[in-house]
Amino acid sequence: MVTMNPEILDKKTKETGKYVPLFEAFEKTEGKRGAAWIRKLRQNAFAHFCHSGFPTQREEDWRYTSVGPIERTPFHLASETLPHITVQAVERLRPCTLNWNRLVFVNGFFCREFSHVSDAFEDLNIGSVREAIVSKSNQLASYLAQYVRYDQNGFTALNTAFIQDGAFVYVPEGKVLERPLELVFISTSRETVSGTVLAQPRNLIVVGPSSRATIVESYVSIDQETYCNNVVTEIILEESASLEYLRLQKESGRAYHVSTTKVNQAKDSVFSSTCVDLGGILVRNDLHVDLQEEGAKCFLNGLYLTSNEQHVDNHTLINHPRPKGTSQQLYKGILDGRSTAVFSGKIFVHQDAQKTDAHQTNKNLLLSEEATADTKPQLEIYADDVKCTHGAAVGQLDKDSLFYLKSRGIGENEARNILSYAFANEVAQRIKIPSIRAQLNDLLTERYGHRSAGEGVHHGSA
Amino acid sequence: MNEAKALIGGEYKYGFVTDVDSDTIPRGLNEDVIRLISKKKKEPKFMLDWRLKAYHRWLKMSEPEWQNVVHPPIDYQDMIYYSAPKSITDAPKNLDEVDQEILKTYEKLGIPLVEQKRLAGVAVDAIFDSVSVATTFKDTLKKVGVIFCSFSEAVRNHPDLIIKYLGTVVPYGDNFFAALNSAVFSDGSFCYIPRGVRCPLELSTYFRINSAETGQFERTLIIAEEGSYVSYLEGCTAPIRDKNQLHAAVVELIAMKDSEIKYSTVQNWYAGDSHGKGGIYNFVTKRGKCIGDRSKISWTQVETGSAITWKYPSVILQGDDTIGEFYSVALTNHYQQADTGTKMIHMGKNARSTIISKGISAGHGRNTYRGLVKVQPNAQGAKNYTQCDSLLIGDRSSANTFPYIEVKNKTASVEHEASTSKISEDQLFYCQQRGISEENAVSMIVNGFCKEVFKNLPMEFAVEAAKLLGVSLEGSVG
Repeated sequence: MVTMNPEILDKKTKETGKYVPLFEAFEKTEGKRGAAWIRKLRQNAFAHFCHSGFPTQREEDWRYTSVGPIERTPFHLASETLPHITVQAVERLRPCTLNWNRLVFVNGFFCREFSHVSDAFEDLNIGSVREAIVSKSNQLASYLAQYVRYDQNGFTALNTAFIQDGAFVYVPEGKVLERPLELVFISTSRETVSGTVLAQPRNLIVVGPSSRATIVESYVSIDQETYCNNVVTEIILEESASLEYLRLQKESGRAYHVSTTKVNQAKDSVFSSTCVDLGGILVRNDLHVDLQEEGAKCFLNGLYLTSNEQHVDNHTLINHPRPKGTSQQLYKGILDGRSTAVFSGKIFVHQDAQKTDAHQTNKNLLLSEEATADTKPQLEIYADDVKCTHGAAVGQLDKDSLFYLKSRGIGENEARNILSYAFANEVAQRIKIPSIRAQLNDLLTERYGHRSAGEGVHHGSA
Repeated sequence: MNEAKALIGGEYKYGFVTDVDSDTIPRGLNEDVIRLISKKKKEPKFMLDWRLKAYHRWLKMSEPEWQNVVHPPIDYQDMIYYSAPKSITDAPKNLDEVDQEILKTYEKLGIPLVEQKRLAGVAVDAIFDSVSVATTFKDTLKKVGVIFCSFSEAVRNHPDLIIKYLGTVVPYGDNFFAALNSAVFSDGSFCYIPRGVRCPLELSTYFRINSAETGQFERTLIIAEEGSYVSYLEGCTAPIRDKNQLHAAVVELIAMKDSEIKYSTVQNWYAGDSHGKGGIYNFVTKRGKCIGDRSKISWTQVETGSAITWKYPSVILQGDDTIGEFYSVALTNHYQQADTGTKMIHMGKNARSTIISKGISAGHGRNTYRGLVKVQPNAQGAKNYTQCDSLLIGDRSSANTFPYIEVKNKTASVEHEASTSKISEDQLFYCQQRGISEENAVSMIVNGFCKEVFKNLPMEFAVEAAKLLGVSLEGSVG
């Protein structure tokens, strides 16, 4: 047992103590809404948060990421009174201009005027958690907080304690959500009463048996203010369900972004995700996938492009408790400036998970002298009939490739840009939605100042 | 593959207890025990002071818990911290005077000293329960100026070297077990290769734990001066006994400019019986420092014994153009557990490191690779290549890989690859079809799997290692 020294305990109570009045005020207003179970859930989670506090670097999972700045900032909970944002501003921020289903959230609160849903069939739910707390309490109760454990991490505990709003998506059995669904999270500290905003969206996505959906979650800001987004997303895939999931994080350059995504997969379900991190000063993403039943498959791709003082930390955990599960991961990062990037990926194969096929790759490209990459790929295997590999690499651009390009009359800088672009493009190409792929491609092109020869990707439609 | 489960059960072939009158001290650890150890070894005052400093540091430390192994708590007060064969007090002048029982033990182990002296050309500083009892080939080494002796002798005869280098690579407060070792270390080997000398012999020490319930705390220090070369072999076997034994050794290597140290280990201590009862706890701190430019340190280890192995032979690449290497085969059968790997710390420019780790788990064996590759901000042009492969035999075995990569320099190139698989039925079928029994086929495939590591062992060791692997795997397939 680690004995807690009183100094640490003091510090912990001090840091979490700031949230006690916030929680009391929150309970007074929000406590009246919704059933008893959700109040109980919030209280339990808050008690847990007070006990465990924010994670410290002494914990193995947080050894490379200090959340000190988040701990020290006196946050204000996001309020329902939304800051003034124009429809035009929202339109500009959306990743895609096509006529998709769309839910827009401002500082974690659902914003009807910017949202619209065109798909509709029986039992389909595309709406906010806030409404569901009142109108779909029973349905919500059977999923919400059943998969993300708030007792293991201070951030999920904090999020659970303040569950208020977020996206609630339910696709019933045997349905295909034709148009992708866009979840846009806009955050800003502007026009708020005082100081820095803490937004805590809580999302729940359930894809019923044999159903299919595409969801694009994006995090954007209208200014360059400091704020904190502490997101928890629970995704449940029933038997043979399939979800194409995209996560674009383009927070402001001074934002803190902490996210926990938990995916629970039933038999033969398929989860493909691509997570792209571009913004934020301090970013931590936890992505846990439980391949709960036989034959479940997941494909996780990640891309992080960092510069300046950014710190981006991606943690993935793939749990293989049952046989014949497949998981594939490809995470790539390009690091510039004084940025640091962390990747930690664990593949856990339980004793009964024979015939598991699990692969993981993490590659980091360092462009500047002061950038730092820490990577920790891990395999923990308790079954023998498995195929598991992982690979990690940290390096710079290949000298031979540079030479090759230069020998063909391409200047040093441009050659470097071409190669950086190509490095990132491996992940971008795995995005199945053409318009999003094209958008990311544009972004890479802009960043690495090179026009892509393969214009074909721009002409896709969704 | 039905038969594939039965092969688990090879009995320990080197299990016997030699009845030698041991000169032991009471159980437990306190300042008096340390003073007593130091006194019995006739150590100078600086050594005692150092031991006491380490002891006081140790008292403030707690046992590490992060490693992926399970064992009942160790009672450090229920151990005997010193044991020396009585016959040492009579100081044998030559082999004839050496205790016949001890000589017999060596013969059973396959290292007849007399034979070796004549045939093998290997100098043996054989350690029998903590105190060196026989040393050979001293003359050959003396001619070129190599100092190769027991650690206690070095403390008495070369105190200046000990004061200068002891604890410079593994400080006494480095970790819990290193601190314990620093406080109570019994004996070990000391080796000093002077400037420009290529050691004419492969130096070798056979360790052996004998006296029942005696923790063995070895201390090894090897210093290679500018432009020198030494190859050092360490190998060990131990007799069967019931109670778990703690072994916490410390090895320090120091390589000056243009020198090279090659350190090879074959570890085959008693691993416990097929139900996981008994066996040695092997908690070792091994570290080398490439101080000078262009120096090289290479660790090769074959770990087949011990109930629990916990060791991370590391290299600090301090000089420019230095090289660090780590080649490892770790085999766990029955209920054995191994948490092993390496650390490569790149500090100098253009330092290169290579890590090849092969883990084999059979039965309920648990095998973990844990490694760190760290590139400091000033380590321009650092290169690392890491490969860890795991082979699983039996569905109750486990293999884990926990590499840590920390890069703070953009010119670095670090690559890590790992894979986990089992022996495929196709491979076995192919061999069997050609008249090779399943057991031999498994042994052959496993040896092939480990080839990259074995080829780095000195020849005699490579043969022994291959044999050892066969013996250790007996009972895992068939």
